[in-house]
This record gives sequence, C-alpha cells and structure tokens, in this order.
Amino acid sequence: MAATVPPGHRVSRAGRWSAWAFLAPVTGYLVVCYAYPLYRNVELSLREYTVRSFVQGGAPFAGLDNYRTTLADPTFEPALTHTLVFTVASLVLQFTIGMALALFFHQHFPLSRTLRAVILVPWLLPLIVSASTWSWLLNSDAGLVNAALGVVGVDPVHWLTSPRWSLVSVIIANVWIGVPFNLVVLHSGLQAIPAELYEASALDGATGWQRFRSITFPLLRPVSAITLLLGLIYTLKVFDLIWIMTRGGPADSSTTLATWSYRLGFGNLLPRFGPGAAVGNLLIVLALLAGLGYLRRQRRQQS
Amino acid sequence: MTATSRRRCLAAAVATLVALAGGACSSADEPSGGGSYLVWDPYPQFADDSAWVALLRKCGEGAGVTVERTGYDTTDLTNKALLAAQQGNSPDVLIVDNPVISTLAEAGALTTTDENKLDVEAMAANLLGAGQREGRTYGVPIGANTLALYYHKEVLAAAGVDPATITDWATLNSALTKVKAKGKKGITFSAIGTEEGSFQFLPWFWGAGAQLTALDSPPAVSALTLWADWLRQGHAPNSVINNTQTTSWQEFATGDYAFAENGTWQLANAEKLGFGYGIIAIPARAGGPAPAPTGGEFVSIPVQRDSGRYATSRQLVTCLTSADNLLATDTTLSYVAPVTAVQDRQVAADPKLTVWVEAVRAAKGRTGDNLGTRYPKISESLWTGVQAALSGAKTPQEALAAAQRTAG
Repeated sequence: MAATVPPGHRVSRAGRWSAWAFLAPVTGYLVVCYAYPLYRNVELSLREYTVRSFVQGGAPFAGLDNYRTTLADPTFEPALTHTLVFTVASLVLQFTIGMALALFFHQHFPLSRTLRAVILVPWLLPLIVSASTWSWLLNSDAGLVNAALGVVGVDPVHWLTSPRWSLVSVIIANVWIGVPFNLVVLHSGLQAIPAELYEASALDGATGWQRFRSITFPLLRPVSAITLLLGLIYTLKVFDLIWIMTRGGPADSSTTLATWSYRLGFGNLLPRFGPGAAVGNLLIVLALLAGLGYLRRQRRQQS
Repeated sequence: MTATSRRRCLAAAVATLVALAGGACSSADEPSGGGSYLVWDPYPQFADDSAWVALLRKCGEGAGVTVERTGYDTTDLTNKALLAAQQGNSPDVLIVDNPVISTLAEAGALTTTDENKLDVEAMAANLLGAGQREGRTYGVPIGANTLALYYHKEVLAAAGVDPATITDWATLNSALTKVKAKGKKGITFSAIGTEEGSFQFLPWFWGAGAQLTALDSPPAVSALTLWADWLRQGHAPNSVINNTQTTSWQEFATGDYAFAENGTWQLANAEKLGFGYGIIAIPARAGGPAPAPTGGEFVSIPVQRDSGRYATSRQLVTCLTSADNLLATDTTLSYVAPVTAVQDRQVAADPKLTVWVEAVRAAKGRTGDNLGTRYPKISESLWTGVQAALSGAKTPQEALAAAQRTAG
C-alpha cells in the first residue's frame, strides 16, 4: 500500500502538468486573440488618444470622457435608432421569409432540393460581391430596379442617395443575405418534428393554420430562439454591407453604430481612436445584453 | 511508461512554448538588417517587373544597398504607417498621399528636412505646401495631379457649345442648359461621403472665393448651391451622391454626358473612350481657372532608432526625385512633375498636358495655409454638408452652417 502511493502521486502531478500543457495552447489562443484585443479596446476608449500619443505613448487617462463625447455627439441618436431599426426590421423579415420558405420546402415536391440549393446562393457569395451588386441594382440612374419600375410607370426612386430610402435599401439587401441562413436552420428544425404528430392532428381534423400554431411553432421554439439570437448578434455588427452601399450616408441617414465606429477610427485622415473604440464597446455591450436576455429566457422556459 | 509519458508531455510543453515564442518573436523582428532598405509605396498596381520597381532597385544599387519594396493600397497605408511608427519598425522611405503627411508629422513619425538634409529647393512652392507645417518640411513631392473638366466633343458640338467660351459659372450653366435641351446629360462628378467628395468639391468652393476656415460663408454657400441646383434641375445625375471618381468616370465613359470632373490619372483611360474628348480648366465663379486641390504623393523619411540610416535614405530619395527619374515616374503614373523644368519637358513631349500643367500650377494643397491636422476634421464636416444639401436633407445654407459648427 505504502509503496504504491508515491508513484500514484507522481503520476497525478505529471498528469496535472500535462493537463496544463495541453490547456496552454487554447489559453494562449484565447488570451492573444480575444482577451488582449478586448482589453486594448477598453483601454483605447478610456484614454485620450491623439495621433501623437498613439505613436509616442503617454496618452492621458480620460475616464469616461470618450463615452460622454460619444453620447453627446449629434450622430449618436440617429446611429442608435438606425441600428435598432436595421436590426429589428432585418430579423423580423429574415425570420418570417425564412420560416415561410422552410415550410414550403418541407413539403418535398419535385425539384425542392435544387431550388433550396439555389436559395442558398446569397449566403455563399462574398459580402463585397453582394453589396456591390446591390448598389448597382439600386443605382438611381442606371440601376435595374429603377428601370423595372419605369416599365410599370413608377417614377425612379433614389434608393441609395436619398435620406428617406437609404436605410430601407440596406435593410432589403441585408434581408436577402440573411434569408438563406434562417431557411437552413429552420428547415433542419422542421425535420426534427415527428411526423406522427401531424398525422394525429390530421385525424383530429386540424386545419393547416392550426397545425402550424399548435405543433410546428411551439416545437420549433428552441431552434427559432437560437436562430434569432445568432441573427441578432450578426446583424448588430453588420458593417461592410452598409459601408459599400452608402458609406452610412447620405447625411448619416444609414449610419449605424458599427459604421460610425469605423468612421471615427479609420474613415478620416486623422483617426479618433478613443471615441471609435467607445462606440465599438457600446456595440459589444448591446450584443452582450441581448445574449444575457436570451439565456434568462431559456432558463425560465426550462424551469 | 511513466518516463515516456513524461517525456511526451515535456515535448508538448516545449512545442507550445516554441509556438508562442515564435509568434511573439516574428512580430518583433527587425525590419531591416545589413544593407537592405525598406520602401513602402501606395502603388500596388506596379508589380515586381514594372519600371517603378526597376527604378527603386537602380536607386538602391546607386546607394550600395538592396531595396525591399512593398506596395500598399492608399487608404491602408496611413494606418500601416501609424502602426509601424508605434512599434518602431517604420520603413526607411515612405511614399504617401500628400494630406497624410501632416497627420504623420503630427504623430512625430517623420523626419524634417533639417534632420534628413533633403534638398527641396527645386520643388514648386504650391505643391511643397502640403508637406509643410510650422515652417518645417516633411517630404518631397514625387508628382502631382489635380482636377479639370473633361468634355465630350460631339455632345458639345451637337448642342452648339464652344468649350473655349466656358470661362465662368454662368457660361458653364448655359452650356449645361443647351446640352439638356438636346436630350443629353450635363455633368458628372463625385460627391461621395469620403475625402474624395471634398476633393471634388474644393475647386468650386475655392473658385467661389471661400476659405476652409469659414465653411458657411456666402461664397461657400454659392458653391454648394451651384451643385445642388445641378441636381435639382437634372443637369447632374442623382447618383453623384454615391459616386467615387471611378464610378463617375464610368458614367462619363457611357458617352451620354457632356462634362466630367476628373483627374490627371484618367488620361490613359481617356484615350480608350469611344468618342472625342477635350479638357478645360474648372472655371471660377467670376471667371478664370479655379484653384483645384493638389493630389499626388510625397516621399518622406520616417524616424528611425538608428539615425545613421538617414544618409542612405537621403541618397535613395534624391535619386527617386532627380529630374530624369521624376520624368519617367510621372509619365508612368500620368502625373505632373513637381519641378517647373521637368513640367516643361513633359509638355514638350505631350502638348495635351498643357492644361494639366497649368491646373497644377494654379492648384492649392488641402493641408496648406497651416491647416495641417485641422484639415481632416474640416473636410469631414464639408463632405457631410455637401451630402446633406445634395440629397435634399438640408438647404445649402443650413448644411454648411451645421458643417461649420462641427468643424469649428
């Protein structure tokens, strides 16, 4: 007995070391690629950086000054409103259209697989391609959309160049990109619902709408929730699409927190890193709150 | 058993350490060792077999060093240069867009001509202005470009307009009206919400007599009113609000437009147009050519820890900006040389450059007048104001009043 303990001890100490060694790559990766950038971003937002102090060091600690400047900026309110409108409108439309298509393709008609594959195309295209294509389509003078409207006798709409339409245009493009994701996830969710339930309800004489309300929708709830959460986090930070299509303009009419943060940090010859980082952090907080809200709801449902 | 497993986990730990250390070391690598000098430029279009890179190599040989060159996208280069300065691994020679010089100088990333002993005597004063702050000079212009009006010969002829008569805003407006009466489109330009938008608006702004220190002055409002009226009356397409200078050029290339405001760098593309074109200076409100902003790059010598490197860097820069090499470089870039003597040689070789040389001589630096790092903020307010007025969100007066408030 006494003789077996020490080796056991040695093995477990060696085991602990090797456990740490195996943990090290992941920890290192997390620290280098997640924790440090996040820390730097918070630090940037708490200091008063000029180009000089960015290069030479010694930026004075400014507390929450950058956040105060940001909140008092005339761009803040429209940017926040646009972010919320953009996110909510995109999510509602993507989810509704995605759900409708998922139900449609769930019926397994001839060619349904092929058509479903075609609908996935927007998701596979690089964003720069889809954004550029949309900005050509929606061009005021030479765009295909206005040409089509002209055929049915509608006056051309300044999709990207009027403050009334620019936000609508980027939402349309974003919905188009987001529908395939919703379709795929919801479609796979549908396949997990047992067919017997539908058979039983059919015997009970339920209509299509009743089947959807009492079987499909409740059973899809967990899948729907995760789809919406992922969509929310993705949509909050959409930047490239808006930047390519409108640069957040004209006159800030399609500026969201994401494009504003970029504009502050890089859109000008003289970078304003502090306020740019502050806006970025506000976005992270928004996404975090949404994530926490989701977890709380999920826990409540389980209990 | 225990021994092997211990050895194995030791190996894993060592491998991890090496991987982490390797990651850390590669970023801290010294950029240059021995006889190699780093050059960064904003000409990614030039590959290793281009005349530009050959010239860099030749200048390196002349100074007895090897030149390692990297070409970056213009907008990318500003951030790259700032980051490199922060980490103390700036290139030995940096070629950047002229308004960036004042930002980098403000950051303390560039040496002055007092320190690097570069000779800038021969350079045209209006071009050199963009590289000067508080009496110090931070670089040498390698070439300049600016804006003028390209016109479509046949469209103007059909409308009965003689381009030579367009010398002020009134004659330009009447030309646009005549063109529209013939069912053609008037003028295209770029009013996008970036630096490009301000760059294109400045000839009209300065041509009205406005100053960048007073964005809401009556002359400034008259310039923006001119643009806004063009959109309202259908002389300019609504798409100008989102046009870059490239998309604006594509509109002109369709052949439907009488005029396009664009730069020297489109000359090569202009030769490929399917119609006859000509170039006139952008008119000022009261007549004569308007001062256009200068574009083009500066060659600068960033601050190094080892100041002994400056002597060789100076040799490289002097070689790049010597008369013969300037002529060759500016011809490939379709730029106008920053030295009068070389400009004359360019005009002698290609008489079509006369308009451009005159435009460059009348041009003004954006960061000049000691605006320096105040310019970026002014410019952002200006392009935002232009966008607000052109999209109809505000009147020109309101838009510029708001611009002055944010710029002030």
